Amino acid sequence: MKPPVEFEVPVTADNPVAGIDQSAGDFSYDVKYELDAGTGLNEQTVDYISAAKKEAPWLLEFRRNALKVFQSKPLPTHWATRDLENINFDKIRYYLASGQKPKRTWDEVPDDIKKTFERLGIPEQERKFLAGVEAQFDSEAAYSNIKEAVSKQGVIFVNSTEALREHPEIFRKWFGKVIPTGDNKFSALNSAVFSGGSFIYVPPGVKVSHPLQAYFRINAENFGQFERTLIIADEGAEVTYMEGCTAPKFSTSTLHSAVVELVALKGAKIQYITVQNWSANVFNLVTKRGLAHEEAEIKWIDCNIGSRLTMKYPGVILKGRKARGEVISIALANDGQHQDTGAKMVHAADETTSTIIAKSISVGQGRSTYRGLVHIPKHLKGCKNNTECDALLINTNSRTDTYPAITVRGDANAVQHEASVSKVSEEMIFYMQSRGLTEGQAMSLAVNGFINDLVRQFPMEYSVELKRLIDLEMEGSVG
Amino acid sequence: MSKLEIKNLHIAIGEKEIVKGVTLTINQGEVHAVMGPNGTGKSTLAKAIAGHPDYTITGGDVLLDGKSMLELEPDERARAGLFLAFQYPSEVPGVSIANFLRAAQQARLGEGGELDATAYYKRLYEKMDLLKIDRKFTSRGVNEGFSGGEKKRCEILQMAMLEPKFALMDETDSGLDIDALRIVAEGVNRQRGPGLGVLLITHYQRLLDYIVPDYVHVMFDGRIVKNGDKSLALELEAKGYDWVKKELAQA
Repeated sequence: MKPPVEFEVPVTADNPVAGIDQSAGDFSYDVKYELDAGTGLNEQTVDYISAAKKEAPWLLEFRRNALKVFQSKPLPTHWATRDLENINFDKIRYYLASGQKPKRTWDEVPDDIKKTFERLGIPEQERKFLAGVEAQFDSEAAYSNIKEAVSKQGVIFVNSTEALREHPEIFRKWFGKVIPTGDNKFSALNSAVFSGGSFIYVPPGVKVSHPLQAYFRINAENFGQFERTLIIADEGAEVTYMEGCTAPKFSTSTLHSAVVELVALKGAKIQYITVQNWSANVFNLVTKRGLAHEEAEIKWIDCNIGSRLTMKYPGVILKGRKARGEVISIALANDGQHQDTGAKMVHAADETTSTIIAKSISVGQGRSTYRGLVHIPKHLKGCKNNTECDALLINTNSRTDTYPAITVRGDANAVQHEASVSKVSEEMIFYMQSRGLTEGQAMSLAVNGFINDLVRQFPMEYSVELKRLIDLEMEGSVG
Repeated sequence: MSKLEIKNLHIAIGEKEIVKGVTLTINQGEVHAVMGPNGTGKSTLAKAIAGHPDYTITGGDVLLDGKSMLELEPDERARAGLFLAFQYPSEVPGVSIANFLRAAQQARLGEGGELDATAYYKRLYEKMDLLKIDRKFTSRGVNEGFSGGEKKRCEILQMAMLEPKFALMDETDSGLDIDALRIVAEGVNRQRGPGLGVLLITHYQRLLDYIVPDYVHVMFDGRIVKNGDKSLALELEAKGYDWVKKELAQA
């Protein structure tokens, strides 16, 4: 293999290569791909991916059917932005991999790919505070490892390709059950061409003490990443999963369209944390939903920074009595970006409770949209929902919209909804500047203050990371 | 010794001229009180020197140790050694006082400088004790839901931590009851010394009972019309601002 060629080196002394910030993520290597499904999408693309993965016939059928559903569904532009029409599905590469078997040690990972993840600080984070790491490079995981103490407890943490080969009985039982193929056009697309993503199974009563983390990296231009994640916490089990994402800044657009399904069985707890930091050319169209059984708890913490357009509404179906669902969402829309995010809570049993706290920040021409759906049918009793959405506008030309849809029938349930819009005033910025902070520092402090109550709930390492990302975004936004 | 020179300064809001040529030199170590009726341009003077974006300097100059401040951003002026204690301090929701001051101190260290966190907190707690501010205060959002007195004490705490060369104190006494006024004045007096020059803007003589000025200037209609020492303040108190107006009318 030829040595890696770096064609963008934006890393400067004041922006060290650690963690995941957008400028540190803005580089790519010229990697030779052994497996390439070519450009454009048709039945051959799907067949190629399935054959490359040596999949069982049922799965090939599943993919082919999903492709038909994808092709038959219109883009949801009757309610969503028309920017979706700018995605050219014929110009995207749907599967690119240098190999399918992820390495268990970083030493075995090919140099150019290893270098990418080292620049992003992943091996270091793994040593410091993680129970397991999966690192996906374009379509497949390049590295995947779980600490021995955790695997000894019976915890499975592999990518979806491996899971289908090694644990088909558990995978098939839950796969596509929380988010059916036809849920929306992009879940159908993912179902047709999915590759990579995590598969986690936590046995009954096992509480995974440290987070498991996946890192999704797009390296290639004109590429679509379609990971598929499935997490099952068996009765009384507990697990925290964190994902991070970056891509280099290409002049052409990149598509990221994942499907994430969570299943929390009786009394289980799943916490799913996302800190995504896509470059401004990425269409990020993700479907995330969890199914909470009796007394189970599912919590989504979703931080959306970067991307050209993000559409993502993590949801929980509260299926069992006393199930709890929570979505904490932070979105930062900078110039030219549109964060269309929110949450869905579907109450389907008595005494279920849900909480949605969404905070968005719009900078310059940035646009943030909140969409919420809370559904409590008439026959249920003792259900509660609390929704709070707050928007912060940095400039007078920033934009925010809120579309809450709450349907509550019957009178034995309680719902609360609060929304606010605030602006960072010139007076506040002057006040902070008069203490010696630059305009950029003042703005990022104001933004950090705005989300501070939410960030406190994050694991420390991620709250530090998020703060750093916001500082970088705000520094760059001051003219 | 540092020197703050205000030279024939003209200040406008939009088209309207508010300050019409003020000249004043403050040496480090001196306390200058600027008094005058409402609407004569006292607050405008303080805010414009600090670089408030609403005000336009239409003439004159402000020099700190011979260097003009007028082209500098407000934060650059602050780092050069100016401090504005606000009449109405802004709230900064969600940002604790401890983090706010830490960021302000960090900003003074420049690129690569790392604040010693332990020493910082030690110093912060010392200053808070002196100002009789409860330690719990540090975790509250800056000015968020503060009473008038708390806001002013918070301003004085910031001043104590940032150790400016010159403090511009804008109506520090407004909204304070007598106990709060005493505490705030004590805080200022403790910082008084050869390292600090003060421009103290006030409407009432009351504050000057607690912070005794070296010089008193009376401002009227955008100009300084009388200069003196603390006895001038007492004379004003006795005769009222009408006395100044009458004198001016006769002149």
